[in-house]
Amino acid sequence: MTNELDIFVGNTTLIDEDVYRLWLDGYSVSDAVGLRVRSGILEQTGATAGVLQSDTMDHYRTFHMLERLLHTPPKLLHQLVFQIPPSRQALLIERYYAFDEAFVREVLGKKLSKGTKKDLDNISAKTGVTLKSCRRQFDNFKRVFKVVEEMRGSLAGNIQQHFLLSDRLARDYAAVVFFANNRFETGKKKLQYLTFGDLAFCAELMIQNWTPGAVADSQLDDMDVDLDKEFLQDLKELKVLVADKDLLDLHKSLVCTALRGKLSVFAEMEANFKNLSRGLVNIASKLTHTKDVRDLFVDLVEKFIEPCRSDRWPLNDVRLFLNQYSASVHSLDGFRHQTLWDRYMVTLRSCLLRMYHD
Amino acid sequence: MPGKLKVKIVAGRHLPVMDRASDLTDAFVEVKFGNTTFKTDVYHKSLNPQWNSEWFKFEVDDEDLQDEPLQITVLDHDTYSANDAIGKVYIDIDPLLYSEAATVISGWFPIYDTIHGIRGEINVVVKVDLFNDLNRFRQSSCGVKFFCTTSIPKCYRAVIIHGFVEELVVNEDPEYQWIDRIRTPRASNEARQRLISLMSGELQRKIGLKVLEMRGNAVVGYLQCFDLEGESGLVVRAIGTACTLDKLSSTAAFLPACNSPSKEMKEIPFNEDPNPNTHSSGPSTPLKNQTYSFSPSKSYSRQSSSSDTDLSLTPKTAPYPQGPRIFLCPSSPSLSSGSPHLKKSCLFSESSLIPHHSSHVSPVLRKSVSFSEELLLAASGMGSGSAGKEGGPFKALLRQQTQSALEQRGGSPHRFCRSREFPFFTLTAFPPGFLVHVGGVVSARSVKLLDRIHNPDEPETRDAWWAEIRQEIKSHAKALGCHAVVGYSESTSICEEVCILSASGTAAVLNPRFLQDGTVEGCLEQRLEENLPAGCGFCHIPYDELNMPFPAHLTYCYSCRKQKVPDVLFTTIDLPADATVIGKGCLIQARLCRLKKKAQAEANATAISNLLPFMEYEVHTQLMNKLKLKGMNALFGLRIQITVGENMLMGLASATGVYLTALPTPGGIQIAGKTPNDGSYEQHISHMQKKINDTIAKNKELYEINPPEIPEEIIGSPIPEPRQRSRLLRSQSESSDEVIELDLSHGKKDAFVLEIDDTDAMEDVHSLLTDVPPPSGFYSCNTEIMPGINNWTSEIQMFTSVRVSRLSNINLTNQTLNKNFNDLCENLLKSLYFKLRSMIPCCLCHVNFTVSLPEDELIQVTVTAVAITFDKHQAVQTTKTQVEKSSQRASIDNEELLQFPLELCTDTLASHPFSSAKEHLESTSSNSGIPAAQRDRCNSWIELIKLKAQTIRRGSIKTTMPVEKASPLTEGHFRQRSAPACANSTVGVVKMTPLSFIPGAKITKYLGIINMFFIRETTSLREEGGVSGFLHAFIAEVFAMVRAHVAALGGNAVVSYIMKQCVFMENPNKNQAQCLINVSGDAVIFVRESELEIISTQQPIASCQPACSGGEIAT
Repeated sequence: MTNELDIFVGNTTLIDEDVYRLWLDGYSVSDAVGLRVRSGILEQTGATAGVLQSDTMDHYRTFHMLERLLHTPPKLLHQLVFQIPPSRQALLIERYYAFDEAFVREVLGKKLSKGTKKDLDNISAKTGVTLKSCRRQFDNFKRVFKVVEEMRGSLAGNIQQHFLLSDRLARDYAAVVFFANNRFETGKKKLQYLTFGDLAFCAELMIQNWTPGAVADSQLDDMDVDLDKEFLQDLKELKVLVADKDLLDLHKSLVCTALRGKLSVFAEMEANFKNLSRGLVNIASKLTHTKDVRDLFVDLVEKFIEPCRSDRWPLNDVRLFLNQYSASVHSLDGFRHQTLWDRYMVTLRSCLLRMYHD
Repeated sequence: MPGKLKVKIVAGRHLPVMDRASDLTDAFVEVKFGNTTFKTDVYHKSLNPQWNSEWFKFEVDDEDLQDEPLQITVLDHDTYSANDAIGKVYIDIDPLLYSEAATVISGWFPIYDTIHGIRGEINVVVKVDLFNDLNRFRQSSCGVKFFCTTSIPKCYRAVIIHGFVEELVVNEDPEYQWIDRIRTPRASNEARQRLISLMSGELQRKIGLKVLEMRGNAVVGYLQCFDLEGESGLVVRAIGTACTLDKLSSTAAFLPACNSPSKEMKEIPFNEDPNPNTHSSGPSTPLKNQTYSFSPSKSYSRQSSSSDTDLSLTPKTAPYPQGPRIFLCPSSPSLSSGSPHLKKSCLFSESSLIPHHSSHVSPVLRKSVSFSEELLLAASGMGSGSAGKEGGPFKALLRQQTQSALEQRGGSPHRFCRSREFPFFTLTAFPPGFLVHVGGVVSARSVKLLDRIHNPDEPETRDAWWAEIRQEIKSHAKALGCHAVVGYSESTSICEEVCILSASGTAAVLNPRFLQDGTVEGCLEQRLEENLPAGCGFCHIPYDELNMPFPAHLTYCYSCRKQKVPDVLFTTIDLPADATVIGKGCLIQARLCRLKKKAQAEANATAISNLLPFMEYEVHTQLMNKLKLKGMNALFGLRIQITVGENMLMGLASATGVYLTALPTPGGIQIAGKTPNDGSYEQHISHMQKKINDTIAKNKELYEINPPEIPEEIIGSPIPEPRQRSRLLRSQSESSDEVIELDLSHGKKDAFVLEIDDTDAMEDVHSLLTDVPPPSGFYSCNTEIMPGINNWTSEIQMFTSVRVSRLSNINLTNQTLNKNFNDLCENLLKSLYFKLRSMIPCCLCHVNFTVSLPEDELIQVTVTAVAITFDKHQAVQTTKTQVEKSSQRASIDNEELLQFPLELCTDTLASHPFSSAKEHLESTSSNSGIPAAQRDRCNSWIELIKLKAQTIRRGSIKTTMPVEKASPLTEGHFRQRSAPACANSTVGVVKMTPLSFIPGAKITKYLGIINMFFIRETTSLREEGGVSGFLHAFIAEVFAMVRAHVAALGGNAVVSYIMKQCVFMENPNKNQAQCLINVSGDAVIFVRESELEIISTQQPIASCQPACSGGEIAT
């Protein structure tokens, strides 16, 4: 005797958090049943494997039906078919849009295209995240990207409004969208040490300071997704800091005077100052080229982080140096682009400090 | 020109994409009522159109208002081709037709398509302006309220309970019309939905007319059913109980309810009831001839043998051949003791089905034969008359009064006897004092061959069928010395052209106070209540003990020691609020399958009729065994469903077992072997016996059944030979000596013997033991509330679960079938327990199983129930007195109930002449269970009630209250109240429950009946997730549509919700499936007790808002 049909429908839709997680993680029903059995649930409840199978199937079916609504979370709130308490709705959405660190590091900065989607099986093999789960996460990225791509206003705010995510998750998605749009290279081997958190932190700062939306008077064209073209163009002006030899020397002496005795790596700093400064300023001046924008993080690591790291600068010394390095520019009389410098350096300094770890 | 219907189409949302090119939709709406149609403008290129239409006005008769549904169709405009339908919404505007219900229907309705399911939502506003119509001969019955609830609705008080109303209408099923061959499935489904909507509207109107004729103003316990008879048509039938209800206003609630509603009484000057004598002159002969019975009485068995001959004749002579009807009379008492079983086996031997002559030797048998002679007398109307002699003065008085009340009505100038022939009540819970005695379950079944309904306007055939069955039920009740049947219900099971009609109910003696106008009330009530002990009165036998209709084992009531009670009681009603029970109750099910040869027409009907008595017998045996195994002595809410399929019959009986303090302690189950000299066999037997005894002990512990030991001399069994013992014989046993020996071998404990002399019986014993009790923290019952649990918390979860199992068709035997079916049900229950484990401690209430056999090897089981959480700790410490129980039940007017104990206490303290009263009262209130001094307590209760009656007549209320009473009372009071959940928020929560109440909440308003019928069909079954995906989605959609309608009426809950039909058909080869679902319930507004507190202290509106805002996530 086999059950051809076996369903359970509650007036309030039953959501089992554990099963939801298994479903999100992309396990098949039989795998999920196996995992549940191993969790010891049968012993706790005295249920049989058959009961567990039926229960799991039922939850999976429910989730499958809910999935369509989860693609546009506001619909989940207004639909009438599933009566779900608000707290549960929030949980469903939040969990559905949550992603794996390992997965996001693989996809971050890549074009959210069909091509990438075809690579998901490789990513799945590499990260150990099931292909099904990879697809869901990828589709989530893509869906969010499509919706907010052309939108004005705060990126994270838009995401939150259209996908009803928590503040934290919405900001993470903003980073994903920002990276995908600007195609920042994050996959190089020397960048592997960076966590998603590091990159999201940088993205957030860049969104805050380097996009058109960052400038107070450009409210009308408040776009958070692209970098401010004008700003990037202006960054060329910073080149004078390294091109003008006097200015570079003056800058160096200002920094060295201020930091003498305060750095454990003073000698190394003094020796390396010009290289470092050149590196940072050149990165800025090259940002008009899309190619160089994409390589921003590679350049930062190559031009600044690696040299410092090889000299074993402590993090605190890096901080002192960067503070002094950006502040001293204000004392350079011949330099007229103080605001521009600040807009560039404030963000860069924070990014570098965040990225400066092993 | 009595009504104007106004409709406004506001907006749509989440519409499906109808134009692939633009990914948008050009939607417009057609609004149709009767033959008038209006259209909105086309709202171009939007999935969220804002039509904001004008008010469409329909000027219509109120007759049409009642019959017709408002039909709203959403379409996609297409310039070049035909417009595509997106979906429809049917709105029943009936709730707008009575003043106390909803005033406007406004809200988002799911747009439903029978092929695609829900496709977006539409916001509609509907209003009705009714003009007063004073036409006496009107065809409409606007203003009659309908309730599915099978008790008096919470915010009403029953002035008069008039009685039974029934009606049926028939039509051709559109699915079987010739046109169906050329139209699309969608058109066919819609024609069907529309027709059924029309028919149920018409039915309701006709029932309403009957109620008005009876001068009632409401139908309670309204149950409407569809019989899909296939080729032969579509029958919509309904039964209900006509009442005159009085709305309880908050001010009125403070007055004693008995403050004589004389005004209302005058308005209802007559309500007639059949003159019992006209009908009690014996069942008509044709009825008798076809009666096929396995019931205990000899007279019936005689009939049965005659029916055997009839059977062969009927098909030839009758215009439509009909099989014999089966009835089980009086099932409860007959099973309640051992002797009936003996009797039964005797019957079988007479019918030469199983020769069993040996049992004739038993002295017990002779007795039962003589009893059965009496049954004939009782059935022919003598029962009530002769009762006066022996039944004690009270019983006689009561019967006289009831009789006179009924006769009075009969004699009234206006007689509409057609509908009043049957003193039936579809109610399962009653106002206190309404139910005087319960006789037992009466049921009748009849096998019919369906023929085409030739003239839809003359549904006489079906009417006649039901009339016959009801007549039988009535005469069974008579035989039990009862003048009424309560908890009455009817059902059918159809397979091809064979149809089993079933009816069942509980024979009862009612208090005439509610059945007639108030003139006699005073004196009657007084006399009644002097004699009526609370808590055990209903258990007392209504029939005359020396004139018993069947043999039963009687003892003096264990509560009051004054009246006789049977040893076991079966009923179809809920546990009366004032009944005292020990421990908790539990769901008891009997499950049974019987193979049947495939046959055509008459042969098939005959085969079925031949099987039915065995099934009934088996089902009852199983119930009895399981009840004993649980250590309980009464069944409530008994529902036996017999389902007919192509090649088998299925029987499923569900009931809630309890231990009634008034009834004797059930004896155990004894196992007797056939061959006592075989050593190993003996060992096996004793092993089984031990297992059974262990199970009984375990169950007693589990359900907390610990009745106090009562010294034997107090019991004073009325039956002089206490050694009498029941014996259940499964088949013939060869040695009569053994029988006698066994009879004598046990003490006065009324043990139940299972003789396992064949594999069949062996299997039975096994199945007894395989029933697994629910996991700890779970309880289940099929009644409204769980006896023994009353500290409900507010979390409820209603659910429907469906399983379809395919039987492997190789070597199907009755045994394997039984086992399969048993496993199916048990596994289903296990799954439910597992799924709801997060709610522990909780109780599954109103567990309703339905079985159908959609195809040869398929068994479909549908379960609807509600899980309610309760507070475990509170249960341990708090004392649950009867007072609280009754206040929680709140079956009529809660205030009156609250008043009741209050007066009791005061008066007892102030003026009770017996010094013992106070002590006993205290012991009742502080001791949840049954105090040792049972007898005295009971007596004091009688006194209390007497006093109460006097107090009420005096109309005085004293306010002093014993201190120890105070807390439980206020608590009980709290429990009554409850919350307008977010009815106005975007998606307000709508609770659904099969119960008539919502725990922790108070129902403040009934908004009208919800009665919906949906068809869903698919031609892409695989794509929709197979049969499970398809049905899961459909049921979820049905829930959604019910909730949306309730929310649009302004309600926040559906009570007494029932899924009456869930017909599922599949054709996986064609990738197709179809499902029909019929649901109903009462839309209500409830207020949470906590919020009610706030509202009462603050302004009502202000406190409503924050509650609503909570229902949404900030967007």
